[in-house]
Amino acid sequence: MLWEIDVLPRDAALDRPAQSLSSNAKDYGMATEGTGTGFACASARVFLLEGEHLSASDVDRIAKELLVDPVVERFVFAPLGADDLATPPSGWTGSSAPAHLLHVLSKPGVMDPVAQSAQAAIAELGIDPPLVQTCRKYWIAGLPEDRLQEVGYRLLANDAIEQVVVGPLAIDHLEVGRPYRFALQTVDLDSLDDEGLMRWSREGQLYLQLAEMQTIQQTFREMGRPPTDIELETLAQTWSEHCSHKTLAGRIAYSDDQGERQFENMLKETIFAATQELRRQWNADGEPGDWCVSVFVDNAGIVTFDDQHHVAFKVETHNHPSALEPYGGANTGMGGVIRDILGTGLGAEPICSTDVFCFAPPDTPADSLPAGVLHPRRVMKGVVEGVRDYGNRMGIPTVNGAVYFDERYLGNPIVYCGNVGLVPYDKAFGDPNPGDYIVTVGGRTGRDGIHGATFSSAELTSESEELSGGAVQIGNPIEEKCVQDVLLTARDRGLFTAVTDCGAGGFSSAVGEMGEKIGAEVWLEQAPLKYEGLSYTEIWISEAQERMVLSVPEKDWEELESLCASEGVEATRIGRFEPTGRLVLKYHGEQVADLAMSLLHDGRPPVIREAHYQPREVSPLLLPSKADYSDDLHQILGSLNVASKEWIIRQYDHEVKGGSVVKPLVGIASDGPSDAAVVRPVLSSNRALVIACGMNPRYGDFDTYHMAASAIDEAVRNCVAVGADPDRIAILDNFCWGDCENSETLGSLVRAAIACHDLSIAFGTPFISGKDSLNNEFSYTDSEGDRQTIAIPPSLLISAMGQMDDAARAVTMDFKRSGNRVYIVGLTKNELGGSHFSLVQSSGEEHQAQGQVPTVDPPVAKATFVAMHNAICLGTVAACHDLSEGGFAVTAAEMAFAGGLGAEFSLEKIPLAEESLSASEATVARLFSESNSRFLVEVKASATGAFEKMMGDLPHAAVGHVNESGQLTIRNSDEKVIDASIDSLKDSWKRPLAW
Amino acid sequence: MTSPAVLVLRAPGTNCDKETSYAFERAGAVVRQVHIRELLESPVVLDEHQILCLPGGFSYGDDIASGRILGNQLRERLADALLRFRDDGKLIFGICNGFQVLMKTGLLDIDDADGPMATLTWNDSGRYEARWVRLDVQPGNSVLLAGLEQVDMPVAHAEGKFLFRDQKSLDQLAKSGRLVLRYVSPEVSVPSAAALAPATPYPANPNGASADVAGICDTTGRVLGLMPHPERFIEPHQHPQWTRRPELVAGTGLRLFENGVAYFR
Repeated sequence: MLWEIDVLPRDAALDRPAQSLSSNAKDYGMATEGTGTGFACASARVFLLEGEHLSASDVDRIAKELLVDPVVERFVFAPLGADDLATPPSGWTGSSAPAHLLHVLSKPGVMDPVAQSAQAAIAELGIDPPLVQTCRKYWIAGLPEDRLQEVGYRLLANDAIEQVVVGPLAIDHLEVGRPYRFALQTVDLDSLDDEGLMRWSREGQLYLQLAEMQTIQQTFREMGRPPTDIELETLAQTWSEHCSHKTLAGRIAYSDDQGERQFENMLKETIFAATQELRRQWNADGEPGDWCVSVFVDNAGIVTFDDQHHVAFKVETHNHPSALEPYGGANTGMGGVIRDILGTGLGAEPICSTDVFCFAPPDTPADSLPAGVLHPRRVMKGVVEGVRDYGNRMGIPTVNGAVYFDERYLGNPIVYCGNVGLVPYDKAFGDPNPGDYIVTVGGRTGRDGIHGATFSSAELTSESEELSGGAVQIGNPIEEKCVQDVLLTARDRGLFTAVTDCGAGGFSSAVGEMGEKIGAEVWLEQAPLKYEGLSYTEIWISEAQERMVLSVPEKDWEELESLCASEGVEATRIGRFEPTGRLVLKYHGEQVADLAMSLLHDGRPPVIREAHYQPREVSPLLLPSKADYSDDLHQILGSLNVASKEWIIRQYDHEVKGGSVVKPLVGIASDGPSDAAVVRPVLSSNRALVIACGMNPRYGDFDTYHMAASAIDEAVRNCVAVGADPDRIAILDNFCWGDCENSETLGSLVRAAIACHDLSIAFGTPFISGKDSLNNEFSYTDSEGDRQTIAIPPSLLISAMGQMDDAARAVTMDFKRSGNRVYIVGLTKNELGGSHFSLVQSSGEEHQAQGQVPTVDPPVAKATFVAMHNAICLGTVAACHDLSEGGFAVTAAEMAFAGGLGAEFSLEKIPLAEESLSASEATVARLFSESNSRFLVEVKASATGAFEKMMGDLPHAAVGHVNESGQLTIRNSDEKVIDASIDSLKDSWKRPLAW
Repeated sequence: MTSPAVLVLRAPGTNCDKETSYAFERAGAVVRQVHIRELLESPVVLDEHQILCLPGGFSYGDDIASGRILGNQLRERLADALLRFRDDGKLIFGICNGFQVLMKTGLLDIDDADGPMATLTWNDSGRYEARWVRLDVQPGNSVLLAGLEQVDMPVAHAEGKFLFRDQKSLDQLAKSGRLVLRYVSPEVSVPSAAALAPATPYPANPNGASADVAGICDTTGRVLGLMPHPERFIEPHQHPQWTRRPELVAGTGLRLFENGVAYFR
């Protein structure tokens, strides 16, 4: 018997899924307003139960005791197909138009965790458990029947795992997958010409380049046999841009306005080289010496923290999956970077997360979207929810982030997810031994996420959604939490010798990397599967989530297995590291692959590229002069990049684990924008981590060198502003760029990398890890039938992890007390190129290309950071905020409204670099220039002398006072240039994204 | 002086176990974290402890409904052991997801002949929210809240709206002094317990809870469930306004854990 139980909200006010569908349908332009025939819907949660033994009274009891909350829900049940299951709920007050029925259910064989939990819980009621499947059911009125499929797939279902059924369900039993019949597949590459090779590369979703395909063809010719499908897949995964970073780690001939330069390995000679140079200097200097532990070699970079722990830090991107399925893409992005931390050294414990997103403006008109593009508002909501649900459920606080908006992220949004971990000082390194078992721990392998690594290395097109739906993975954070718990216990008991995560490329990448120096044999049929029907190749390359791979000595296997079993985590031996130097794959004893590890890791032909860069010529920013700039300030506060992100932040648990010291929102009403988060990873100690970031894609339109330098300066000064020691800040690079086959695009990246090198050394701020994501472009055919491509702007995220001895020294950005004096620290220059002031000018685009982009004066910047830190340590500082987007005026406004106080400033006291500016140019520069390395500082009344002494010869000036007026007043030689209430300023800042 | 033994229960998806254990240790207790699988196999483990704590998180992913699966496991398989635990004069403490679980176990005495008198359901905002709230405390006979009047703590949940079945249920729990924790704002410092509609506006009442209820105790005062997280306010600089205060004040959340420990001394 197949029963259906519908669980319905007691009244329409409680029907959240229906409310959410209505609002999304409106956002998407699918719902028509109007009484009577307008859009209306109702929903139910559905449980399908199949079992010959199951009586009506059993079903009634299961509903009452397990499935339904009688205070807010009611239920109906009947054999599936019964008429009363199709009738709209009695409370249906929607439209007079007829209601259509629509179901969203998992595709056959897809994991359904709620069903599994329900099944186990039914057994605990003493009822022999039936097969269970869940689905969601909607009654929809006010929409033509032929649009229901579209609504279902656009707004309700994730095509990668779910299907939409319009009308009643017509099934007679619950699917359980079909068995797989083994047949070895080989590929006849030998006969193919270049065109044929490239077609195979594209259509097989290998996304390899011609030279690479030729190398593979030649290698197998020499071996005298054709490659098997799984061998080709393995090579494609390992050689993918995503896994090997072949472009940036390759040979590049670079030229720019400074001259020419040849790189053998671009990353090694810029970013890595800077870290090596710093480590050499520190070692030569003696105490405290080099504080880097493991850089650029593991899943995350590691630096020292206290006498018992090191800290690991990693930021990843998950752009292409998030473009297709924002929730799933961002969800698994967060899950993936957490596994990076779990797979660092012998396993680090995740402490906190950071996330940064780039979207097109959420008010983009729906009818202007090219085919294949999801609306930016839907992308943004989905991404935020995806990050939220993974982080919150794993119990890892998300403490830092940022969001940037630009039209060019329309088809290709950017999702950066980062995680910080704590690792005992003696567990920072791991290496498998020959003879160790290869053990998979955690989730089962399914068909989810096939071809993620190769797909992420390709360009997105309007067809990507159809082609690569299978590349979107599905997360289960509870499974990952269970894996984390047993993994860290096993680490402390010393039960394994190495660990890595199953990320892009699945077992193929994980085993290939771990076994690189030894060799490995894998028994693919041993891998536990979610359902029947996977081929040996699918098992090998599946990117199913929540899996970790361990190398386990034979003597430790039993203890590891029983530890995992005690917490309900599956651990399975799927092979052995064998000292052969070869990767051998078997399926039920049949050999399906035999490749030399050296071919995988060193066999890829070198990529050689040209790169050029020509920075934009500086043209002056020409604007009419004004008497009052209050409107400009309101507009900048209300521009999307600057506006409050409270809607996002409040959805993240930023305090779980109990280590929170400075939260993302601070001030008297807990709604002011903090520069950085301060977290104590060890609860019994006051030693703290400081997490911040810096990024400004708009500067990249002017000069990517200054963009990169500014991003580093911003990340570092954010850390310093809350109290971090500038001599203990580690940073990460994440380059998200367009198509680097284009020499100008690659040139803009190389120039940014050179800035990273220069600033890293000048600041004493080592890069410890990084990741790049290239090919972030979106192609489509426009209404004229022409092919169009949108490349994202150069998007370099710098993530910073600082440290402070005593969390109780931390400083927040809100003004604290009336009467305190306010200082500006740092030199203001006429640098309005790429500024938010130019962005909000009504004359628009012409000004956006004008002006000098902000630059960094490294020695002055470093000295300023050190002086500020000393002033904070001395306890002189009551509040401190960095100057960034919108410059001085925005910083002053934020500090005032966050503190619920007022302030008065004399603009002419702000030290300005240029003496030749006109009066109006000087006013605009002082108010809105985005010059780097500057802070606005409220100094305790008793400490002004000490503070000034700390600042010494560095540019600084007392520029105003905190008062209780509730008004921000900025005078320029007695003329008021800004005069606005903090309530109105705060409102301008909070309103745009208060969703 | 002896230190009471605390059993902090872990299940798949529990994630506040470490800091909750730390708070008990700070208060002077000896803590053992026990996985639900172990407890189901040997319920006698309970006998070795004086306090049972169900910490926050997402037990079993909140599949079906928050706290449902773990709540059913406790009700179906450990009911006798847990009732005996309470009747022996021991304490049971559920925080956030732990409260959601307790609501489904019967241990909070909220069921009458017509079924549960109240539930915890989705926030009015329809989404997960994390923010600090101010709570008015009417401790009544609640052991863990003794001596407290007002306390700030963070909430972090999606399904935390306390909803009564009807006015009669509210009257019954109010009359017996079991609505021990209520959300308050500066404007409404002590909410009235008479009306179902909240008196405290959003976001001071972060989820729309009827009668502003944030936590309740059972009839004995030895079982307490609350949505806010006292374990996240045991140090002065966990408070969101600590940098605005002239002096650092110890975290008042710690008092609940200290009360639990003091009860057995």
